[in-house]
Amino acid sequence: MAISKNDALRVAHLARIDLTEDELRLFARQLESIIEFIDKLKELDVSSVSPAAHTPVLKNVLRPDTIKDSLSKEAVLGNAPKSLKGHFLVPKVIE
Amino acid sequence: MKLWEFTGHELLEKLAHQEITQEEILGALDKRREEVEPKVKAFLRFEKTPGPENLSGPGGFQGLPIAVKDNICIKNRPVTCASRILEGFHPPYDATVIQKLKAAGFSIYGQTNMDEFAFGSSCENSSYFPTRNPWNLECVPGGSSGGSAAAVACGEAIWALGSDTGGSIRQPASFCGVVGLKPTYGRVSRYGLIAFASSLDQIGPFARDIEDCSLLLKVIAGYDPKDSTSANLSVPDFLLSLGKDIKGIKIGVPKEYFSLSADRALEGIAQEVKQALEEAIEQLKKLGAKVQEVSLPHTEYAVSVYYILATAEASSNLARFDGVQYGLRTEAVDNLTEMYKRTRQAGFGSEAKRRIMLGTYCLSHGYYEAYYLRALKVRALIANDFADVFKDFDCLITPTSPTPAFKLGEKIQNPLAMYLSDIYTISINLAGLPAISIPCGFSSGGLPIGMQIIAGSFDEEMLFRVAHCYEDSTSWHKMRPKI
Repeated sequence: MAISKNDALRVAHLARIDLTEDELRLFARQLESIIEFIDKLKELDVSSVSPAAHTPVLKNVLRPDTIKDSLSKEAVLGNAPKSLKGHFLVPKVIE
Repeated sequence: MKLWEFTGHELLEKLAHQEITQEEILGALDKRREEVEPKVKAFLRFEKTPGPENLSGPGGFQGLPIAVKDNICIKNRPVTCASRILEGFHPPYDATVIQKLKAAGFSIYGQTNMDEFAFGSSCENSSYFPTRNPWNLECVPGGSSGGSAAAVACGEAIWALGSDTGGSIRQPASFCGVVGLKPTYGRVSRYGLIAFASSLDQIGPFARDIEDCSLLLKVIAGYDPKDSTSANLSVPDFLLSLGKDIKGIKIGVPKEYFSLSADRALEGIAQEVKQALEEAIEQLKKLGAKVQEVSLPHTEYAVSVYYILATAEASSNLARFDGVQYGLRTEAVDNLTEMYKRTRQAGFGSEAKRRIMLGTYCLSHGYYEAYYLRALKVRALIANDFADVFKDFDCLITPTSPTPAFKLGEKIQNPLAMYLSDIYTISINLAGLPAISIPCGFSSGGLPIGMQIIAGSFDEEMLFRVAHCYEDSTSWHKMRPKI
């Protein structure tokens, strides 16, 4: 399947990466050849197979709803590039 | 023989007999590091040699040093995944495996280089510098846990931890001539491991022989309520699996792994690797194993399945690196979306971007069913192939990698060729099984060759039993690089 520079731009927007023109061209070309390779899966008839999201035979793992210690606000915010009054600080979201 | 050449259990025995002191061991390793680290560059950063007060941990490992891959969180120490996007991040907690190492009395000596976010098979995708193979400095150490493998191979560390999503412990172990084990999915807690592909990732040990490897797995394995996919099973005493014979053990050799040329892009299995494996199989027969050819019919689809699922999971996991909670942030933007986009553009390297793009594409509207859902179904077929074979066999033997270590720069421009170098290891992650790579020979150019042993779910004991019996009858594991 052909992947254009515009297709790559759409995917880059979904992934929130501000790729350069050169990267868009390069990735469009490389994605095309990788997709061509993985299209091999279309050879198989999988209509009667159930998907395996992961391998262990686990059912829902539940725990009692009890209060436990967690990290302090200071420890969590200590890694934030910007914080203010106990909150993460980000550029303006709403005009 | 120099002190750095000994294995961990040999050193512990010498300590017990008071033939040497902890200070002598640490001094010898420091000296070794000064000699070889400028050439190999296995570490992203070191901790100063721990002082004597740290040497008497309660667990019996007496302060012996261990290196840790730089994607495992250690409280208040930097961790980067060899990425710029995590610059400045200091985890506020220890990974479960780190708590266990500390409790067992290990000294955490330094954090090792890797492909950025474990995306790669050569360590060349580190955002800092490439690591080199101690057996030949022009060659890669493998990846993504290349720094951990190289550090153990050249005697900078006695043990190391790595992580394995598609071969990232086993392939560098094979390239560097050491032992590397990927435990069964769920055997070791992933809490505090920075996630690449959550349904495939496992933390595992590097060591220079099977006994050291089994000692370290025993320390890090076990149920952890903080990882909801960790298995609530008791951990066997793996030492009991050593020293047993393998008479009558049924070993399967998957024919697809020896005939496979996978695709036009791959040259297929190197003659020297094939020959080393054939000799190893003969040796296993001499030791009394019953060896028979088996078939894993969906092998040829594994690389495709893996690169859909692993990148889909990675694109989702790496969405958290957005400049808000930790790490890098690009300033001078006036809205949130631009801040995300420019931060991620500045912070991620080329392979990380490529994989995020591929994963996002496979999950995007209109392609989800054709790629992601189909890949999950083929994953079930691949897991069933193994389940069928393990009804009749105790373990499987394959090469770890189709070739010995390749040269730096050889595959970096061709992502698909790099992906295909994982062809023998990725199916095992897709099926969630345990597998180990052990040294089984050398190429004519003096590069190590690795043999992979694969066992059924939670049967690491079988891996250790077969591997130790083979190791005991050969001397590949005693070879050390002349660096």
